[in-house]
Order: sequence, then structure tokens, then C-alpha cells
Amino acid sequence: MDTTMYNPFVMPFAFGVVILFLNLIISFVTWLYNLSKTQRKQVGRHIISWRTLAAIWECLRECLLHRNIFKRNPVLGYMHCSLAFGWSLLIIVGKFEASTYSGSFFTNPWLAIFFRYFEDPSRIFPHKELFTFLMDFLLAVVLSGLLLAVIKRFYSRLMGLKKATRHTPSDRIALISLWCIFPLRLVAESLVAGYRNNGGFLTQSLGNLLAPFNLPIDPIWWAYSIALCLFFIFMPFTRYMHIFTEILLIFLRKWGVVEEDKKTGYTDVELAACSRCGICIDVCPLNTAAKINDTQSVYFIRDIRDNVISHRIINDCLLCNRCVEACPVGIKSTKIRQIYREKKSFENKQYYDYLNPAATGSTTSGNKSPKVLYFAGCMSHLTPGIIDSMKKIFKAAGEDFVFVDEDKNICCGRPLRQQGFLDQANTLMAKNVQLFNSYNAEILVTSCPICYNSFKTEYKDLNIKVMHHTQYINMLIEEGRLQVNHSDKTFAYHDPCEISREENRIFEEPRNILRAAGTLLPLTNEKADALCCGSSLGNTVLSTEQIEDIRNQAMDVLTKDNPDYIVTSCPLCKKTFKKGLRNGPEVKDIAEIIIMG
Amino acid sequence: MIKFGYAPVVSRTLDLDSSDFSLRDELIREVPSYKKCIGCGGCTSTCSAHQHTEFSILRCNMLFRRGKYDVLEKELDKCMLCGKCLLVCPRNVNTRDMIIKMRLLVQHKNKKQ
Repeated sequence: MDTTMYNPFVMPFAFGVVILFLNLIISFVTWLYNLSKTQRKQVGRHIISWRTLAAIWECLRECLLHRNIFKRNPVLGYMHCSLAFGWSLLIIVGKFEASTYSGSFFTNPWLAIFFRYFEDPSRIFPHKELFTFLMDFLLAVVLSGLLLAVIKRFYSRLMGLKKATRHTPSDRIALISLWCIFPLRLVAESLVAGYRNNGGFLTQSLGNLLAPFNLPIDPIWWAYSIALCLFFIFMPFTRYMHIFTEILLIFLRKWGVVEEDKKTGYTDVELAACSRCGICIDVCPLNTAAKINDTQSVYFIRDIRDNVISHRIINDCLLCNRCVEACPVGIKSTKIRQIYREKKSFENKQYYDYLNPAATGSTTSGNKSPKVLYFAGCMSHLTPGIIDSMKKIFKAAGEDFVFVDEDKNICCGRPLRQQGFLDQANTLMAKNVQLFNSYNAEILVTSCPICYNSFKTEYKDLNIKVMHHTQYINMLIEEGRLQVNHSDKTFAYHDPCEISREENRIFEEPRNILRAAGTLLPLTNEKADALCCGSSLGNTVLSTEQIEDIRNQAMDVLTKDNPDYIVTSCPLCKKTFKKGLRNGPEVKDIAEIIIMG
Repeated sequence: MIKFGYAPVVSRTLDLDSSDFSLRDELIREVPSYKKCIGCGGCTSTCSAHQHTEFSILRCNMLFRRGKYDVLEKELDKCMLCGKCLLVCPRNVNTRDMIIKMRLLVQHKNKKQ
């Protein structure tokens, strides 16, 4: 047997590795180069800090152990963990074994990969048996994960996935070569073990079985090397790019880099970090209710990477953030969608020059320094019940308030931003800031979650405390300024998308209020897992029937236990549900419940 | 000359032959519900922008139908896309998508000329 530690079959492997690393280096450098100025500043500020350590810890937890997927489904988690953690340990332990064997850390790089072939069984080195056992054990772990992966392809329900992602051709080549790598390695090592008796519990047993057939050894090692080569070459163009990109994403995120209004290098990192696991498909209301199954985040991101993205796929999304909430990698796909929706802006265009914030404010009060500003928002103006109730609540609490958009309201700008009209949205934001700053108030209360989200996350120069009306009412009750009568009514509370996911999680305040006013029923989908009502302004291309399907799905959850009232804290959700209810519970805003009490 | 406050009447006839209807079919293809509008004006009466200025989806629709794309472009820029019109429309016209698509079509058309 060959003891020079070289055989031509290592060449495909070596070639694949070189191509892969060249590709990775080029991609990483391009992405980092394309970061925006502020993003680069963030990286510079935090690169030497505890955040880097935290990022390393998160990489171990997420890239190797896949804790997030474990939490979702243990079998799916084990599948990812065994493949990722098992394979990386196989490489690391294999390297140690090869180094111990040859007595130097800097041996031929392929020695660790094809160790059993080059090993001289008569040569004794420290911990030889332990290494042999470990390598066989790890291979068994990886193979068990692989078996699950194969089963998942054909029977995805086992892993809690109703639908597995559909693959592109390059994905398929990479997938098949990945599936081949480990069985080939097993057979190759077993054949060698059959001849030389250097295998562990797994390879030796299989080797003894195969020994009587006198099979040739080299072709199978060639096949193993070629499978590795194919996988490495195709990897950068497939879903498997996430293996390396996720590490970069975790570091950048920990250093405080966030997605911006325009496309940056960070967007590319997020796009490449998608593993196409398909978890977002099952949580998307468009899929579960409206039977639209080609626009989910996984397909959106795939189409961008393959350069075949269509307008319909960019726009057909409710921006409800359920997918972002479920994503094990934490990709902000809805933000990326907004970036891709960006419309061309024209210079010297005077949008909204007809708006005059000075003339917009309340005409009924000359009060310039109230404690509270109330901003109803466009949608609340369509539900006068909410506005009336809020006025009564302010009065009952003896609050010194000004209704800033009573007569003429200016939109908060979020609907425009969601559709990619950035210039226009910024103009409206500036007008609103001018309006709010013309008062000397402490708190800005709004009864619209869309406005709330906008004020909280998109308005950068707003020097006032922003509260959603559920938070404000809860505060009044806690301070004892508002009395709520407990009744025997039962409530089902619908969490509006804009305040139940991502940065804004207003869960306890509305529930406290409702528990004070009656009995709150538990639901199957609530808090961050609440369903979208379907009328989201984020989606402009849904048909009325599709919106109704999504609404009915959400309403089924709410009406399951026959509550007396469906309660929500969003005028848009309220309007939507009201259209859908013929008989059964009544839909009320939380403020109306208080006044009714 | 003494001004009596009278002047020759400017012709307000719409010359259909010189009008440009090219974008209409394209809009109908992209937003089929555009055809369902009955011109009730509900959208305009609830419109946030209309409270501040003369802006009306009704008027935009008319200008679009008549192919007055130069006037329309400025007009469409006034919309804040807040979506109130969507909720009041009795015919379920997808007003927001209609405005967005009109904007894009008209801008594209005007730029080309």
C-alpha cells in the first residue's frame, strides 16, 4: 500500500477546497466593502468589546448546535445539529488524529480527510484506539442526521414542517453530493478496514462483511473525493452558502449593524445566510390561508440570489413579520423586501407642499404645553368609536391633552415607506415632527399600531415619549386615575402585527386591562404567534377574496371559545373583523371596552 | 377699453383624437379592480390628503381615462397612501395599488417623452 501519503484521488478534493475558499474570500471582502458608512462605524466601535465574545458564543450555539431549531422541533434540531456539529467535529478530531499520527500539525491537509487510506496499521501513536472509536462514532452521528434529512425530503411532517422548500438545480447537485459524501466515506473506510483491520466499531464491522467480495479500494475513494469537490464548488451558489455566511451575519449583528433603507453589503450577507430551511413557509398566513405558496421569504430570498425576482413576489407580502419571528437565522426578510420595493425618486419634486403643520393642530384648544398629545392616525378617523372613547378616557382621568390631528391629519409615513416611497415618507415624517415639536408635551399617545411602530422605530428625531393607547390606559389604571368595572363578559384579544413582533412587543398591557374589565380567554395563536388580520397595508396586491381568507383564519382562532367580544387595539384590524362578522361576538377596540364597562 | 368682465369662451371640448389612452389597458391588466369603480366619491370624502388640498382619486381616475398624464403626475404625488379609501370603497377597488401603479406608469411615460 501507498505510504507516501499522496494519491491522485486527493486532487479533486484539493481543487474543490481552493475554489471554495477563493470564492468565500471574494464574497466576504465584497460584502464588507459594501457596508454603509454608519454600518462600518458600528463595526469599528464594537469590534474590540464583549460583543465579539458574545458573537463567538452565539456562533457555537446557533451555527453548530442549532438551538433555535431544537426549540422548534427536536427531530429537526437533531438533524441540523448532527450534520453541522458532527461534521465539524469530524474535521477537527480527524485533524488531531492525523497530526498525532504524523507527529506534526503541519501535515498534508488531505491526510485528515483521507486518513484511513494513508494510515499504516502497524504504526502505533498515542490514543490510537480512542481516535478510531471517536471517528467512527462521529461518522455514525452524521449518518443518522443524514438519514433524517433523506426522510425529511420525502416525509417532512415528521419534522413538524408541512412543506419543505422546493429546490433549484444547483441546490439539487449540492444536495446529492452532500448526501453522497458520508455514505461514500463509510464504504471507503470500511473497505480499507476489511483489508487492514484498522477500523472502529462501525467501519470494521462493515469492512468484515465486505471483505469476502474483494472489492477494489481506489474507485470508491475517488468517488468520495469527487463528491467533496462537487459540494465545495457548488456550495457558494446554493443554500449551503449559509454555513459560512451565518457566522459573518452573527458577528455583524452583534456589533450592532442593522438593515438600512437602501441596499448595503449587510443585505447581501443576510440574503446569503438564508439556509432555505422552509420554516417561514409554514408560518406565513398567505400560505396557510390564501394558498399562495411562492412568495414566502425563502423563495423571495432565493429569487433575489438567482436574479429572477419578480414584482409580484416582492410585493405579495403582508409584512406581518411572522416569518422573521420564526426564522432560526434571524434574517429580517421583511426589511429586505422594503428595500427591494424602493421606487425611484426624482430630484426637485415637491411632495406634500400643501401640508402646513402649523394649521393642522387642534383648533379647539390654544393650549401649547399640554401633558399629552393624542394622535389618532388616519385609520382611527374611520372608527369614530375609538376616538370618542379616547376622549372620554382622557376626560375621566382628568388629563391635560391636545388632540393634534382632530381636524386635518397627516399620515405617519409608514404606508409610503412600506411601499418604497422613501422621499415621500421622509417628507411626511418631517411634517409630523414639526407638528409635535410645536407643542411642549411629555407623552405622545396614538391609538394606531402602524403610527406607533413608525414613531418608535422610524422617527429618529422625536423628543417625546411615545405610547400606544393600550400602554397609556394601563398606566392610568395602575396610577389609579381610571376606574374599570369588572364585568362577567369574556374577551378574546387579537394582537395587531405592528405591536406584537420584532422591536415592539406590547403583550401585557392590553391583557392587564382586559383582565381588569372581565375574563380574558386564552387562544391558540396569541402574542408573537398571533395571526395577521389580512388587511395589512404592507400588501397591495392581494385580492379581496384572499384578504377574506386570511381574515377568516384569524377570526376562527378568535371565535373558537365563543367570547362575548373580540377585542383588538388596531383600528384597521377592527374594521377588517367587523366586515367579516355577521352574527356572533362583537368587535371592539380596547378603549371602547373601558368606556362600555 | 372698458372691461365688462366678459371674455371669449375658451373651448373646453375634449379632443378624443389627440388624447393618449395607451396606459389604460396596462393599468387594467395590473389592477383589474380599477374597472369596478362607479365614481361614488367615497374615497375622496374620506381622503386624508383631500382635507388639506384639492386632491381626489375620482379626478385622478378621470384624468387617467382621458390620458392627461402631464397634469396627473403632479396630482398623484399628493396621495399619502394611508389606505382609508380602501376601507370605504363599496366596490372593493384596490385603490392603493391603483395609485401606485398609476404613479409608476405615468412617471415612466412622462420621462420617455
